[in-house]
Amino acid sequence: MTLAITDELLARHKLSRAEYAEIVRILGREPNLVELGIFSVMWSEHCSYKSSKIHLKKFPTAAPWVVCGPGENAGVVDIGDGLVAVFKMESHNHPSFIEPYQGAATGVGGILRDVFTMGARPVALLDALRFGRPEAPRMRHLVSGVVAGIGGYGNCVGVPTVGGECTFHPAYDGNILVNVMCVGIARADRVFYARAAGVGNPVVYIGAKTGRDGIHGATMASAEFSETDRSLRPTVQVGDPFTEKLLIEACLELMETGSIVAIQDMGAAGLTSSSFEMAARGGTGIELDLDAVPLREAGMTAYEIMLSESQERMLLVAAAGREEEAFRICRKWGLDVAVVGRVTDTGRMVIRHRGEVVADLPVAPVSGASPVYDRPTAPLPRPVPVVTEAIRAPLDPPQALLRLLGSPDLSSKRWIFEQYDWLVGADTILPPGLGAAVVRVHGTRKALALTTDCTPRYCAADPRTGGMQAVVEAWRNLVAVGARPLAITDCLNFGNPERPAIMAQLVAAIEGMAEACRALDFPVVSGNVSLYNETDGRAILPTPQVGGLGLIEDVARLVRPDAARAGDRFLLVGESTGWLGASLFLREILGREEGAPPPVDLVVERRNGAFVSDQMRAGRVRACQDLADGGLAVALAELCLAAGIGATVDPAPSAEAETGWWFGEDQGRYLLAVPADHAVELLAAATAAGVLARAIGTLGGDALTLGRHPPISLPAMQRAREGWLPAWMGETSGAKG
Amino acid sequence: MRAAVVTFPGSNCDRDLVVAMEACFGRPVARVWHADSELPPVDLVGLPGGFSWGDYLRCGAIAARAPIMAAVRRHAERGGYVLGICNGFQILTEAGLLPGALVRNAGLRFVCRPVRLLVANRNSAFTSAYGEGPVTIPVAHHDGNYVIDPEGLARLEGEGRIAFRYLDNPNGSVADIAGVLDPRGRILGMMPHPERAVDPLLGSEDGKPLFVSLLAAIGGRGGAP
Repeated sequence: MTLAITDELLARHKLSRAEYAEIVRILGREPNLVELGIFSVMWSEHCSYKSSKIHLKKFPTAAPWVVCGPGENAGVVDIGDGLVAVFKMESHNHPSFIEPYQGAATGVGGILRDVFTMGARPVALLDALRFGRPEAPRMRHLVSGVVAGIGGYGNCVGVPTVGGECTFHPAYDGNILVNVMCVGIARADRVFYARAAGVGNPVVYIGAKTGRDGIHGATMASAEFSETDRSLRPTVQVGDPFTEKLLIEACLELMETGSIVAIQDMGAAGLTSSSFEMAARGGTGIELDLDAVPLREAGMTAYEIMLSESQERMLLVAAAGREEEAFRICRKWGLDVAVVGRVTDTGRMVIRHRGEVVADLPVAPVSGASPVYDRPTAPLPRPVPVVTEAIRAPLDPPQALLRLLGSPDLSSKRWIFEQYDWLVGADTILPPGLGAAVVRVHGTRKALALTTDCTPRYCAADPRTGGMQAVVEAWRNLVAVGARPLAITDCLNFGNPERPAIMAQLVAAIEGMAEACRALDFPVVSGNVSLYNETDGRAILPTPQVGGLGLIEDVARLVRPDAARAGDRFLLVGESTGWLGASLFLREILGREEGAPPPVDLVVERRNGAFVSDQMRAGRVRACQDLADGGLAVALAELCLAAGIGATVDPAPSAEAETGWWFGEDQGRYLLAVPADHAVELLAAATAAGVLARAIGTLGGDALTLGRHPPISLPAMQRAREGWLPAWMGETSGAKG
Repeated sequence: MRAAVVTFPGSNCDRDLVVAMEACFGRPVARVWHADSELPPVDLVGLPGGFSWGDYLRCGAIAARAPIMAAVRRHAERGGYVLGICNGFQILTEAGLLPGALVRNAGLRFVCRPVRLLVANRNSAFTSAYGEGPVTIPVAHHDGNYVIDPEGLARLEGEGRIAFRYLDNPNGSVADIAGVLDPRGRILGMMPHPERAVDPLLGSEDGKPLFVSLLAAIGGRGGAP
């Protein structure tokens, strides 16, 4: 089989001439088309991380509680009593923009497989969504399609979708972000890894049949190929959550039998990446027989079978002689199953189809020797600090607060989360919409606190500070519900890394995140990189999305944001300088996107967080909220609305600095609701710990009164917050039913 | 009280129902596979929520024809108790064990939220432990809009077979129906999920009286009725 290597052929496989020369050097010959396709996907940015690899090494990935860091399908942390939490976040940005329902749905399916492939039962999903301007073309369609797709998949597989984010910015008009995080629970002694081992062991395929969907969009120029591939299917795959549910149950049941040596889902690059990754990690080879692969349609070529991205498929290595157990369990669940190969000790992937060897490649170089680029960076522009004193607000604080609560970013996302089954599993003990989600570890008194965080406007102004801030906000959100933050996963969404300005954002954000993770003992255990998020040369805001996981040792220690009572004192922990640069107030009220983001002081973050945790353990805190978008005023409104109680709050320390006091976004701050008789002790403890804390008001009544301004009734705040999204989606009222 | 919960491919509230029943009944609950043709000797069969066969074709339509459903039908004919929740309710209407049908929500979207219910009949085996006043139990469904012809509705109303009504109807069901009984009062189908409301940590314990009612009706009686 000879192949004419044209520039066009290489371009369609997204391989450079230099990369092609390296392939020829590795093989000592020219590759055939199947082999070229394999290199193309294995060396793609998506699979090889070639632009980000050298920088991802900067993340701290170890801690005494980390069982498995990056490199496997998902990260694993110890949660005690012989249990581990397994979690990861992944993007499905481009497919969701093309076909929002299926794009988002298959994103959920993929991240679920990353978690249950490690032996964990998925127990929670979270979605971090970034959309364009509400007025932008197709945006309503994109929001409703993505939400329906996430719900359609997650609801059917029976994994609750418990939290996430949804914000809007013109930079995402042509490139929305759909990042999905999945968390699972496994027994510590039953974690499965993707390491093919045991010469002669069978390689078993289970799940849905392989079809022509999702083949990487390459229309082949060669005569051989065009003959068999006249009608290319769309590159977006179609999800089948019912099959996924069966696959979850079958895999977990199969894992219980002890007959599985290794297992890997067929995600991006399908059979290719799953087989190569298992062989590479195990230091073995595999012989694959493509004639045994269950196919959806006749006449598929080896190229198509190897590159298909059909969903809901798994590849596993079984212990020799125990294949029958896999067959029995798959038959019980009505899934296709086939032995498609054997593990060898040759270190080579030998692929046969219709009696011929169609590919014969060394595993290690294909999987491990992908090119690594240290791409050039441009100096980052320095943000000009905003002179806070010069800010004159056109609205008084109560009006500005109502405006912020009704802004697209802060408005209630009830319209979204009520389309998700957030209760299935009967362990969701803190529902969506309040702060971090909290899910009980089934059958125990432990619970996991889960959050997704990133403030893209900070990252755009200063990627390093923005990266740090994403990490510390996740940390604060976990602390705020009484959890001990354990680790993060991430999804780094950026533009084209071949542009030095974008590469500079990526590097700075990673370095900022890494520094924050180190300072907080909050390591990165898994993650995903999504680059080339651009349309017509216009990049998204840099969006290093963080997914944080924390542990609550006993559900009795959960601090509910809705637990404040009348008579409780509001205490503000942390220093307020009135920082309005890059704030939501500046953007929403004054229409200005400018200034440097609030600085992050990691020593202060750690000290304040530890102090709040200590006070919670001492039983002095009834409810807590971290201060973020919209500052103190928004945090006050959120705690009041959650509790259904108003509050009277002291005036700002000075009338001139009033806007910054209510709406500044200084970091490292928490708002606590504390029973009146504990407030004095808590303030004394703060002084002793060197933490700034002050009493600023008292809960009571049915309105929030900010200093000497007119009171804002709870129903007025509720209407402002609940109204925007349903109205934008074309519904008459925020209250459905 | 001996109870069993059936698992169909795609059931996803089977475990939750078993957990809730075991906590309320104080004894183990048997698990039954859809392909089985016999039930163990039980007083109560639970058909759980979820997406049996992916809700493909029509919600509950394929499950209603599973081998185990013949056994469930015989159990019902003998006067045994059956509780169908959400997808279980859809299966019961598809199997003809309850009248009416469940169609797409009036709002066309999946809806998951706690809803307030009125216990419309407090004399049934499923509801005798409820007091007066509304209860809060969550719903989570895409196809919970109960429909029935006017004569059928008149019969349900006349015979006191509407067990629960929504106070804030989330799906547009006729007469705000959330749950209905068969003529003998031994079969209940309902869209809300009582098994998700048995623990104060989950925000409501209003599902508990349903299981307590059944325990009182069936009680320590050993054999199948």
